[in-house]
Amino acid sequence: MSTDTGIDDAVEQTLLMTSEDEFVPEETGRRAKAPRTRGETIRLIIAHVCVYLAALVFIAPLIYAFFSALKPNEEMFSMPPTLVGSQLKWGNFAEVFEYGPFWTYIGNSLFVAVAGTVVVLIVSTTAGYAFGRLRWKGRDAVFVLFLATLMVPAEVLVIPMFQVMQWFGWVNTYQALILPFAFTAFGTFLMRQFFRGIPFELDEAARVDGSGPVRTFLQIILPLSKSAVAVLAVFTFLSFWNSYLWPLIVTVDYAQLGTLPVGLASFSGLTGTRWDLQMAAAIISMIPTTILVIVLQKHLVKGIAMAGLGGR
Amino acid sequence: MTITTKRRGSLARSEARQALGFASPALVGLALFTIVPVGLSIVMSVYDWPTFGDRTFNGVDNYATLFTSSPDFWPALRNSAVYTLLYVPLSIALSLVLAIGLGPRIRGRGALRVLFFIPVVVPMVANVLVWKMMLQPQGLFNGLAQSWFGVTLPNFLADPSWAMIMVVAMSVWQGLGYNMLIFSAALEQLPESVLEAASIDGARGFRLIWSVMIPMISPSIFFATIMTMITALQVFAQPQLLTGGGPGNATKPLVMFIWEQGFTFGDLGLAAAAAWILFAIIIVITGVQFAAQRKWVHYEH
Repeated sequence: MSTDTGIDDAVEQTLLMTSEDEFVPEETGRRAKAPRTRGETIRLIIAHVCVYLAALVFIAPLIYAFFSALKPNEEMFSMPPTLVGSQLKWGNFAEVFEYGPFWTYIGNSLFVAVAGTVVVLIVSTTAGYAFGRLRWKGRDAVFVLFLATLMVPAEVLVIPMFQVMQWFGWVNTYQALILPFAFTAFGTFLMRQFFRGIPFELDEAARVDGSGPVRTFLQIILPLSKSAVAVLAVFTFLSFWNSYLWPLIVTVDYAQLGTLPVGLASFSGLTGTRWDLQMAAAIISMIPTTILVIVLQKHLVKGIAMAGLGGR
Repeated sequence: MTITTKRRGSLARSEARQALGFASPALVGLALFTIVPVGLSIVMSVYDWPTFGDRTFNGVDNYATLFTSSPDFWPALRNSAVYTLLYVPLSIALSLVLAIGLGPRIRGRGALRVLFFIPVVVPMVANVLVWKMMLQPQGLFNGLAQSWFGVTLPNFLADPSWAMIMVVAMSVWQGLGYNMLIFSAALEQLPESVLEAASIDGARGFRLIWSVMIPMISPSIFFATIMTMITALQVFAQPQLLTGGGPGNATKPLVMFIWEQGFTFGDLGLAAAAAWILFAIIIVITGVQFAAQRKWVHYEH
């Protein structure tokens, strides 16, 4: 009993954060403009130095990896270590694509992630609408069942799921990469929570105007939920894009069906000692998601605040 | 009168019908890809169930085998425990420090947040490759230690105790930005008035953080701790790619054990049993955390 209220509070608390639209660094930054004493200024400078140093240390591995990707392979482990090699071999990035079917991996990842996201969005919004805004017998019981399935970890599911895929004859197919993990209750839960926050008078008004649930859903609820849908889309995309365990299990022919993480892992096995190519490949695989994060940072922050969901 | 009731009834019925239409893709998918596998998994765990070939019922033999005669199971359990005990506190503490450090007075903190978030969203395999390169005996860490200080570092990935520490270090680095964003979001929501009142009462610096900010965001810390602990118990990609579970089985956690049993040795029954044990552990630990939360989690209402 008390545990129940606990999770509700935790979820509520995290969901509440979305009520405010986004971080407003500029606005809160106004505090900084208040007249400052000398001591405060010094403390502020020290704080900046600490934070920026931490950031530099944190990002150093990626910077080092980037420059390593441009080194000739003989200089990868030169002593003493250097950041920049004797020459910048941009050709390493091109060589990656000759060494392995990298375009195939990227294409597969893109296809799987986009298709998976579309399925998740359709399923989650329709089910979220049914659970959040329509009245039907047994609704709450079924919803509890939905939530209960959230507790089952993917690791428990992969073993029987593989068996199910064998029965379907889906091993080593795209549908096996896309469908099994596209029906998690999480998206439904998220959309339901969001939909319930929309005033119910809107539905009533729409009903008075003679529109049924389908029209209400498509023309009123969905357009009002763009931000929640965007958040769900971004995180679903990322989780498909980065997923490793399931693709590793369900695909056999990596050269043809490998997604980027699986391809990258098998690539590093193939290239053995070619660390320059491995680094170039790693950097290439980081580019799309990094751009996505930079472009969509506000949605990401909002999504994390919403329920701590993410591409893990 | 009767007409209205009748109408209402049919309206409700049609709404129910349409609701079923809306929910059916999710219901069918959930049944097919979650409920059936969960049921199947229970069945598999009490069968000798090879990937190909005949299945035979064997009761609790799989579970018994795991606990008594599977050489890697106890080490895997221990590795998962060690990993979780090291990873969770480190990750929570560091991301909290970072979130507080990136307070409203820091210029460019939006960009910094994105920077800390990058390792979270790029493929784990890529992150692991970068660390693997740095951790080579001739790699960056040892190279710097030798040329700057003349010290030779241990061979991190080949030394049983160091290998686990490096798996943890890499994971902390990889996941830091995620909890940091959760905490930042929570800190952002703290009412200005409370902070002002506290500072008027003379709370500043560490005192303000420890006695005011942390208790007020404790629901988020609780939430993050639970989620982080669950993901820690499910760790797979980092050890599999960084050390291959080795040296020996020093970094082979439970999920890697499950994966090996199922897909390397083709013993799906044993793997299913191990997965259920993992699930039971997750449930118990989460339950304990919920029971303990009254002691330290502070709710507004």
